[in-house]
Amino acid sequence: MTTEPRLLEVRKNVLKQNDVLARALRDRFRAQNTSVISLVSSPGAGKTTLLERTLTLLRERYRIAALVGDLATENDAQRLARSGVPVKQIVTGTVCHLEAAMVERALDGWDVGQLDLLFVENVGNLVCPASYDLGEDLRLVMLSVTEGEDKPLKYPTIFNSADAAVITKCDLAAAVDFDERAALANIQAVRPGMPVFLLSAKSGEGIDNYLEFLTRRLHRRRSDAADENIAPAEVH
Amino acid sequence: MHELSIAMSIVDMAQEEAERRNLQVDAVHLELGALSGVVKEALLFSYGVACDGTLLEGSRLVVKDVPIEVFCPTCNVPKTLTSMQWFHCPDCGAATSEILHGKELVITALELKQ
Repeated sequence: MTTEPRLLEVRKNVLKQNDVLARALRDRFRAQNTSVISLVSSPGAGKTTLLERTLTLLRERYRIAALVGDLATENDAQRLARSGVPVKQIVTGTVCHLEAAMVERALDGWDVGQLDLLFVENVGNLVCPASYDLGEDLRLVMLSVTEGEDKPLKYPTIFNSADAAVITKCDLAAAVDFDERAALANIQAVRPGMPVFLLSAKSGEGIDNYLEFLTRRLHRRRSDAADENIAPAEVH
Repeated sequence: MHELSIAMSIVDMAQEEAERRNLQVDAVHLELGALSGVVKEALLFSYGVACDGTLLEGSRLVVKDVPIEVFCPTCNVPKTLTSMQWFHCPDCGAATSEILHGKELVITALELKQ
């Protein structure tokens, strides 16, 4: 006689702890009117170089800060600090991605409400960061022209977790026979409708469009927030 | 490779439930979406390691794969994708990024010792 297995039904989201914390962070950032943008890519795609340029170009107009995650060293924080904005390094040790709790801890002692923009650079990795919401408003996935046009097909999960894509190192495109059309088609195959920016943080080519996208989003969010604040008054 | 920390979370959650209800667990049933970002083989390997020295030592992890289901705006119904590389309706070809299922990483049941 075979007996049916005794099953006790439970329904528990394994990442609930991170998801709950990420949601709380998102609510907090919204309430404080701080726009949070995270960057994910493979190691060496140019996150830090693009971020350094971004911070330098936006610091006059906005109050900005950045968090940067790495398994080891404070090198990236030191590089980013050259832009003159507050930067904090998150050293993850053996952890291959950032989690919401690490972001929360790193913000300790900072008055986030005083910031217009907060950038969060994830650990270089196209796999694990996909599973962890950090409470950001916008996630940028980056891919450099030297990596190959099929990266989106190889890592569809991370492209699906992101809101916009940035193709970096475009100044090297000709040297590595980068097939721009194929790269764009591959991004649209795994994430239809995803905005894509082609740029070179080194030469500055394409940077304007990307910065305009970031700042337009910031202003749109601000006006949405203002509308929300007006809404209850209209009810009465 | 974040499967070990995921496996440890699964063991923690299952152990907490087992302790609370005073149960002996034979297996943990898990739904794993194709878009969860977790590799099944690595998770199964890590599960054994994570169970060591806990109430769940010797238990199994039973994984049910959850395919990606999207909403097709043209057909106006949910559709299951056949490829992770093509977020388009398998029937009409319309592009879609509205994901209904496939991100699951959920403990659904505890199988109890007889």
